[in-house]
Amino acid sequence: MKNGFFHHALTIREDLCTGCSLCMRVCPTEAIRIRNGKACLIEDRCIDCGECFRKCPVHAIIIEQDDFSRVFDYSHRVALVPSVLHGQFRHEVSMADISAVLKSMGFTWVYEVEHGAEILKPAIDQMMNARNLPRPVISSYCPAIVRLIQVRFPALIKNLSTVKAPLDMAAFYCRKVLRDRGAHNAEIGVFYVTPCAAKIAAVKSPVGDESSPISGVINMDFIFNMINRTLRNKGELSHDDGHAYSVDPDTLLWSLTDGEASCINGSTLAIDGMNNVTEFLEKLENDEITGVDYLELRACDEGCAGGVLLSSNRFLVAERLRRKARNVKPGETTRKNGDMSDIEAYSDYLMRKVNITTDIKPRSMYRLSGDRDEAMRMMKRSRRLMCWLPGIDCGLCGAPSCQALAEDIVRHRGDISQCVFIRESNMEKELMDRERSASIMKQIWGENNFIKNCNKKGAENESN
Amino acid sequence: MAMSFEYKVTGGDFTRAGYASSQVKKMLKQLGVDNTVIKRVVVCLYEAEVNIVAHAWDGVISVDLNTDSIFLKLTDNGPGIANIEQAMQKGYSTASPEVREMGFGAGMGLPNISANADRFVINSEPGKGTTLEITINLNSNAV
Repeated sequence: MKNGFFHHALTIREDLCTGCSLCMRVCPTEAIRIRNGKACLIEDRCIDCGECFRKCPVHAIIIEQDDFSRVFDYSHRVALVPSVLHGQFRHEVSMADISAVLKSMGFTWVYEVEHGAEILKPAIDQMMNARNLPRPVISSYCPAIVRLIQVRFPALIKNLSTVKAPLDMAAFYCRKVLRDRGAHNAEIGVFYVTPCAAKIAAVKSPVGDESSPISGVINMDFIFNMINRTLRNKGELSHDDGHAYSVDPDTLLWSLTDGEASCINGSTLAIDGMNNVTEFLEKLENDEITGVDYLELRACDEGCAGGVLLSSNRFLVAERLRRKARNVKPGETTRKNGDMSDIEAYSDYLMRKVNITTDIKPRSMYRLSGDRDEAMRMMKRSRRLMCWLPGIDCGLCGAPSCQALAEDIVRHRGDISQCVFIRESNMEKELMDRERSASIMKQIWGENNFIKNCNKKGAENESN
Repeated sequence: MAMSFEYKVTGGDFTRAGYASSQVKKMLKQLGVDNTVIKRVVVCLYEAEVNIVAHAWDGVISVDLNTDSIFLKLTDNGPGIANIEQAMQKGYSTASPEVREMGFGAGMGLPNISANADRFVINSEPGKGTTLEITINLNSNAV
């Protein structure tokens, strides 16, 4: 199952995993199986959406981040901060306060990612007018959506927007400004405070580009805790006036649901949540959808306010940001002081870098074999197997559905005797003995689930 | 090597239209058929399925899937088509206002099928029903 080709930000910690299978049941690409009482990832199917991370009751799924000390490998240390970080704090906490804490941690420049969207707005309009892309154009903002399309809806790859994300633009801008002031590229470290795992995957193994202008990622929950602790200890807020100009109120909301779509001309539609998105893409792939020019799709409910690395309630985060956008006064969006130059001044430079440079490749999860005859044989066999499997998707076989087990079997990744119904009926016909059946059950679910354990959730001595 | 299966279609029930297309689509993905070819199959099947739902009382879709081609036969019990030549013209539609309100009946169905199929045969008997035969080569992109 190992495949070194895709970098995944999600890792399952075997020592913590109890094999409860909740992750397996929510995975939108059926990328998880249970073996020996542990969740196992089929790497070429994983899209780093983080649904498993969200669901795991024992925090056994972790999102890898770069070691913070790596920040100090650089003499110019930029923190790229998305607006949802600020949205997690009560409204008295200003962006300047957050900036001050980040600077006390060692960053030399704190820059809001959404400034990058100010460059994208005209670029997307230009793409919509000039490019002969099939409609609707699908936003490539959410990396989990791009990967979902590669894996489950490869026919829609050609609909994906060719414009990069605000994050890339902000990073290119920061690097350029610092270079213009005499810094060498190697001295500049650009670190992204990420709200989710998918963005990490996008930085570490970009789709549509050879490399990323981002040097590393810091998980948002880590930064959130740090800011919270500092602000609580300090009592008084800093009001750091060295903070740069405000983000344009429209683009400030770019990461929220309909934040991007509402900035685009034409007939647009915004959909959030993995299930809603999959249902819609299924229809789109069938050509059932007409009359939409631009489609904003986000894996998380409420867009990035629902990112898996956020600590606050997604609805409150979204509301705080909307309020912040309403309160931006005219004039605040222009440069106030000598901190850094306006991103607009670099728009010619950035517009030259706005498009992705390599093709986005399909990586279909469905394809059974490279050989058509073999694939046909496998498909027939899988359908024959389905005649015997119960079709109730109980998951006791360690696969998320009967159909997933049937496909695992024809791919030589599973065995029909994993099905408890098949085993029961074989035992009834005396084709299998009870010991054999129990041993298969243990191979899937591990020994521990057969031993009394009073520490589990809901049991007598519940502990975490 | 071939596989055959059938799907039943109920007239008037738009909520369930698209099921056969989704199933066939998944199988073509499993076979590793080129995306542009899958798209053509799905367009043909979906349009034809919606035609049965919109105009007929009921119908059957039978699918013969081979490694190099797919054959779709859609047989319905319905009013039939009096003038096939007219029905094949873009924009011509006999769909009721209710059907149009749901976003169907733009008169693009049959022309669209014809444009996407490698071989397309339509037979109809007014008062009895219509039969469509659609063949698509799974190895080429040429229409």
